[in-house]
Amino acid sequence: MEITLNGIKVQVEDDWTLLDAAKFYGVKIPTLCYHEGLSPYGACRLCIVEIGEGDKSKLVTSCLYPVQDGIKVRTHSQRVVKARKLLVELLIARCPTSKVLQDLASALGIEKIRFKARYNDCILCGLCVRMCEEQMDAKAIGFVSRGVKKRITTPFDIKSEKCRTCGACIYICPACLLRCQGPEPPSVLCSGCLNFSPPCVDQYKDVMCYLDPCVACLKDKGENMKKGGKK
Amino acid sequence: MEKIESPLELEKLRKSIQSKKKKEKTFISICAGTGCRASGSESVINAFKEEIKFLGLQNKVGVKVTGCHGFCEKGPIIVIHPKEIFYHNVEKEDVMEIVSETIIGGKIIDRLLYVDPTTGKKITKESDVPFYNKQKRIILGNNGKIDPTDIEDYIALGGYSALSKVLFKIKPEQIIEEVKKSGLRGRGGGGFPTGRKWESCRNAKGKLKYVICNADEGDPGAYMDRSLLEGNPHSVLEGMIIGAYAIGSKNGYVYVRNEYPLAVKHLEIAVNQAEEYGFLGKNILGSGFNFSILISRGGGAFVCGESTALMASLEGKPGEPRAKYVHTVEKGLWNKPTTLNNVETWANIPIIIHKGASWYSKIGTEKSKGTKIFSLVGKINNTGLVETPMGMKLREIIYDIGGGIPNKKKFKAVQTGGPSGGCIPEELIDLPIDFEKLTEAGSMMGSGGMIVMDEETCMVDVAKYFLKFLMEESCGKCVPCREGILQMGEILENITKGNGQPGDIELLEEISTVIKDTSLCALGGTAPNPVLSTIRYFRNEYDSHIKDKKCPAGVCQALIQYSIIPKKCIGCGACLKQCPQNAITGEKKQPHIINPEKCIKCGACYDVCKFDAIKRV
Repeated sequence: MEITLNGIKVQVEDDWTLLDAAKFYGVKIPTLCYHEGLSPYGACRLCIVEIGEGDKSKLVTSCLYPVQDGIKVRTHSQRVVKARKLLVELLIARCPTSKVLQDLASALGIEKIRFKARYNDCILCGLCVRMCEEQMDAKAIGFVSRGVKKRITTPFDIKSEKCRTCGACIYICPACLLRCQGPEPPSVLCSGCLNFSPPCVDQYKDVMCYLDPCVACLKDKGENMKKGGKK
Repeated sequence: MEKIESPLELEKLRKSIQSKKKKEKTFISICAGTGCRASGSESVINAFKEEIKFLGLQNKVGVKVTGCHGFCEKGPIIVIHPKEIFYHNVEKEDVMEIVSETIIGGKIIDRLLYVDPTTGKKITKESDVPFYNKQKRIILGNNGKIDPTDIEDYIALGGYSALSKVLFKIKPEQIIEEVKKSGLRGRGGGGFPTGRKWESCRNAKGKLKYVICNADEGDPGAYMDRSLLEGNPHSVLEGMIIGAYAIGSKNGYVYVRNEYPLAVKHLEIAVNQAEEYGFLGKNILGSGFNFSILISRGGGAFVCGESTALMASLEGKPGEPRAKYVHTVEKGLWNKPTTLNNVETWANIPIIIHKGASWYSKIGTEKSKGTKIFSLVGKINNTGLVETPMGMKLREIIYDIGGGIPNKKKFKAVQTGGPSGGCIPEELIDLPIDFEKLTEAGSMMGSGGMIVMDEETCMVDVAKYFLKFLMEESCGKCVPCREGILQMGEILENITKGNGQPGDIELLEEISTVIKDTSLCALGGTAPNPVLSTIRYFRNEYDSHIKDKKCPAGVCQALIQYSIIPKKCIGCGACLKQCPQNAITGEKKQPHIINPEKCIKCGACYDVCKFDAIKRV
């Protein structure tokens, strides 16, 4: 099977997802609720990519979307990058203390959080639930409630007999381990490791290269700063 | 009852029921739908039964307890057949008079007749009432003639003849062709062509296939599916059996919410009766085709009306949607090919088979065929269920059928498509209602809710209300829907409290775009619609909330002020007594004053003043 990945025709296996293909060819797509050892869940939406062209193009989650012959995939189009930035902004407003999220924000070049922070400890990515069920075979935790009241807990909020306190849920959690010491009120955003945003997205429909970090971008940024222009 | 084992036996049975019914010439059809029950139809039913028993008329006069007739505003409703005399707002005290005067004496009771508000004329026949005669009731029409707990009523009106025709005369592929030709599109919201859905499911690999009826109707103010299941459950079952035969399925489910106890009860009775008569189960009508239906009761989550969430719930998992990159017609319930249709869609099937696709496709517009049931609620005179051909203008639905806006208020907008639909403003009142036109206008067909709003409705408040609903009813799985709607709700909350900032509208639009683009399911994908459509048509209202800190409709408490117009106030003291905060002072027969510091803006004075002396700015 052949697909077009960011304008380059590449060969893919039939049972791959778009994310598998991107990974194989070294295109970095940010993910949060995805883990190689667990079944894909499609909740964080960070791995979105744009497929199709013109009016019919749409965003799909690459961790779930199966490759199709001839499909045209853009992993870093303007639409994708904008959406990813807002999603991370929304997530940071929920849980500013997660280093994983702060790093994502830095990588995407987010400079401001426009929403009120709520300092919730959980981002409901569901990694721990799947870890417990699929790898530890315990099913000791799960989701309860829905909407804004949704949370993860043991059945009936009491200590679970199934839980062996193996700690796998903590190991995999992007929010509770690796606490970021950075954000101090009033700033929600840790700018400690803020690096750069790819400037080419402002000029072109798609990011032009997929190096991380991109040398040209860094150089470009440096020159811009010298001129006193925008970062 | 012995099982019916051939089409011939079915026709024999139908003839014998019909001749039995002919003997019983007069019958009183009493609506016992949800609306009429709420206004006391059950006591009317009991009174009629007692009175008829008391007078010994059991053999001459029948009492038929039916499902919803549609005109809920005027409930309880009764119709006396065969003359079709229509009485409304009947109370149990009227029953003796109705039996002695109308049924025995043949006289009409004037005071129970419907008065046409435009002409002032009294109307005797049900079909002459403007609310009914502007409609095209091909699906709801039988509700008034059928006792939903009696399968023989349905059979007498030609029920299950479409099924027997299909099983013996038409090949499954031809049924699908017929449904495709009819142009029927899903009535649950998406409007996907039903025939194409069936075809993909039939062609999908696998022996085991499922058929599901989605009866998880959860829009605030909508009760179309409920009334169909309560009033005519067999039409839905017949549609499902035909569908199952066309697709090649042996198992069906009806997923109905547990908050609809009457619908569940009538459905259970209907399934049992259909099994007893041989319309369900093994070897249906002697054709060799087997099909059974199980009823599953849902817990009441709005999101479980989404097809994949519904299937997850049926499987016993949490009701969360999953990505539909592989369609449910290929991998649905338990990863088997599944056809899911809405209650109303299924109820359309027997009619299409019975009357033919060419007859059906003549109704409606180019791309939207047939009729659609709407629940017309809100600030409207004739609250109720209306069934109109697709393409009817909004004006006709609101003014001709709905009777306009009460209290001579001005019409402002109508919210179609439930919480994830949009508001259609007055300037689009001549919009023909079909799938495409509604989407173009920034709203959607949805399952058919229509909430009418008058000039005293604040559009920012409306958008906030629907977002709050979706915030609680989102499954909470994906980030844009859960977090995005929450943040949008907070921005709107700030705007209505007078804390709106310049740029809020643009931020709302930015979040909306991302939610629409990236949400996992259609709930998130359409959730920003109420906000986007109100911004599109009522941007000035947002502006006055944000810039001038004023609510033009006088709804948002933080932005309004009550004061007394001295010239109009005669000092009667009515408001002074009513005020819970003692914020109003004044001497008798002298103009009163409201102390704005004490006033909590409850509006009690405004409601109680008979002289329009209270000003709300």
